[in-house]
Amino acid sequence: MAVIEVDKKPVTGAGPFNGVLTWIDRRFPLVSMWREHAADYWAPKNFNFWYYFGSLALLVLVIQIVTGIFLTMNYKPDAKEAFASVEYIMREVNWGWWIRYMHSTGASFFFICVYLHMFRGLLYGSYRRPRELVWMVGMLIFLSLMAEAFFGYLLPWGQMSYWGAQVIVNLFDAIPVIGPKLAIWIRGDYVVSDATLNRFFAFHVIAVPLVLLGLVVAHLLALHEVGSNNPDGIDIKGRDPKTGHPIDSVAFHPYYTVKDSFGASVFLVIFFVVVFFLPEMGGYFLESNNFIPADPLKTPPHIAPVWYFTPFYSILRATTDNFVYFGLIPGVVLLALAIIVTVPRTAVRVSVAVLAALLLAGFLGFEAKVWGVVLMGVSVLIYFFLPWLDRSPVRSIRYKGPFYKIALALFVVAFFMLGYLGTQPVSTGRTVLAQVCTAVYFLFFAVMPWYSRFDKTQPEPERVTWK
Amino acid sequence: MKKILALAALACACVAHPLALAQEEEPRLEAAPIDPRDLTSLQAGARTFVNYCLNCHSASLMRYSKLEDIGLTEPEIKDNLLFTGEKIGDVMNVAMPRKEAKEWFGAAPPDLSVIGRSRSADWLYTYLRGFYRDPSRPTGWNNVVYPNVAMPHVLWQLQGQQVLERAPAKGAEEKGEARKEEAEPAPAKLKLAVPGRLTPVEYDVIVRDLVNYLVWMSEPEARVRKRVGVVVVFFLGILVVLTYALYKEFWKDVH
Repeated sequence: MAVIEVDKKPVTGAGPFNGVLTWIDRRFPLVSMWREHAADYWAPKNFNFWYYFGSLALLVLVIQIVTGIFLTMNYKPDAKEAFASVEYIMREVNWGWWIRYMHSTGASFFFICVYLHMFRGLLYGSYRRPRELVWMVGMLIFLSLMAEAFFGYLLPWGQMSYWGAQVIVNLFDAIPVIGPKLAIWIRGDYVVSDATLNRFFAFHVIAVPLVLLGLVVAHLLALHEVGSNNPDGIDIKGRDPKTGHPIDSVAFHPYYTVKDSFGASVFLVIFFVVVFFLPEMGGYFLESNNFIPADPLKTPPHIAPVWYFTPFYSILRATTDNFVYFGLIPGVVLLALAIIVTVPRTAVRVSVAVLAALLLAGFLGFEAKVWGVVLMGVSVLIYFFLPWLDRSPVRSIRYKGPFYKIALALFVVAFFMLGYLGTQPVSTGRTVLAQVCTAVYFLFFAVMPWYSRFDKTQPEPERVTWK
Repeated sequence: MKKILALAALACACVAHPLALAQEEEPRLEAAPIDPRDLTSLQAGARTFVNYCLNCHSASLMRYSKLEDIGLTEPEIKDNLLFTGEKIGDVMNVAMPRKEAKEWFGAAPPDLSVIGRSRSADWLYTYLRGFYRDPSRPTGWNNVVYPNVAMPHVLWQLQGQQVLERAPAKGAEEKGEARKEEAEPAPAKLKLAVPGRLTPVEYDVIVRDLVNYLVWMSEPEARVRKRVGVVVVFFLGILVVLTYALYKEFWKDVH
């Protein structure tokens, strides 16, 4: 047996635990990991309100996993028993109603935290070089979260669960050639059925959570590799000559651990006010229709996804024939022309021209439904390209010019409007409004390379602004 | 930054408001004067439910023994609410087979365990008071909030028989037959044609109690939930104060 000969100092400062921690540290990178990710991870000291939502999203993830484990103990993934088993949890399992409400409320709060966390990125340019991968892994987390929420929403097996899943899976039907077969393959049946419920359960409780956890670790590792951005969007340069630590920074532990504990406490107050007093949140967190057991023969008059999907659902519904002819076609032509005129490289020009020609042929060749699905997909995936779309010389909105500020304001309005419209039944007026908002949504990204570059920015400060 | 947010909020509010008004017109619901803390009302509602509803409608997620939560004792439940040899731990099932029920009524009577959550209290209250005589329907009954409903008016002996009166639109007769269709239909009004065993006020109380019970049955733990909530939020408030003090203590050294 090899004697452990490690050139490590024994652990000190842990009192009676020094011995055992030293024993572990000889065999596991305990101290170095603790240093790298907590005690010796230096973060800018000027984080503001928006910087709470990363740790809060992590807190909600823990809440969802723990409550989810307990729900799984009594839930039955069976089309005949699922609805009743949820009510069994609500009525007969000790504290089951509490666990279930935490889980259903947690789903909505997860999206609230993640949306605010992403908005923080938009505000302060957290996606810019060198944090592109932090941002992209974050977007993968967002995609996984959407999948997780979608699979989970089928499980209570109420009318909204059932018909919501039916509508979303039918989107795959729109894909040319392979669509119908693909939809059947996803459902495992010709309609959403027991087979679908079983596989969605498997995805919800094990497959997607595993991916989610792995991505969260990658997100944090990538962040700790490049260091945190801050509201000024400037790099921390130099070290304090006395201490040798980066200037304008504090150690994550204890400074941000105590600050985030405070944030978490405030969050928990709000969270539990909803859990205990407003678990349905006026029908936005738990919909009244979902208290009717799923009935494959009875389509509800108005099917709407849960609030966190409605902006994207609105984009899907807004894509009518008219929108393709008067929105997409001129949009693609103008964008292609703008790129060809302003980008000098021949390869780019040619490929843009070819892509535009293919798209135009596609707009005329396939029906609007196909493009609705494509647009909905693009509306989520487009965030991946943000690091390269933003050409501003500064990162933070504090030093960006009026163009970006107006564009972001319009984008936020459009996002909220799309979200609201997605909860409402279709009418002519609402469709037109949704089309305008969809156009604004995409223009925010599509025109960003130009307005961000020609914007009148202000000079960034040398050191972070603090108090 | 704050300006942008304020602007965004304002714009949302401006656009959302007229849209909210433009929603489809639903029949006007009357506010149900229910009180989930009123045990007498809940017990009266439970009696009405077992006597009138539980013959066709099941409440298969609800156990008789759960009625102890609204102040009934086990012997009281056994003596007054169990008729056909059920045990107190049984769920409220009905003997009527769903398949035949569908043949008889055109639709199987839905399970009422969580009806207070899929339909609002106001809807139930208006619905149960909104039956009227309609000879064109197979049951002879129709309803103002649920047109052409398959369910007959089970409480008719208590309420009596209402008819729907549509007052002729003003001036319609003078302008002749052709104009009649163009004239706006006047709001329909329910009128009690044949009085029942109860006065209208007494009937409203019966329905109020029944709706109160249905809402309670949809979430029997709701009262516990709110009681626990007060305690949890109170202690979390203390945690907020403590963590804030801790945060400020550490950060006072950061310059």
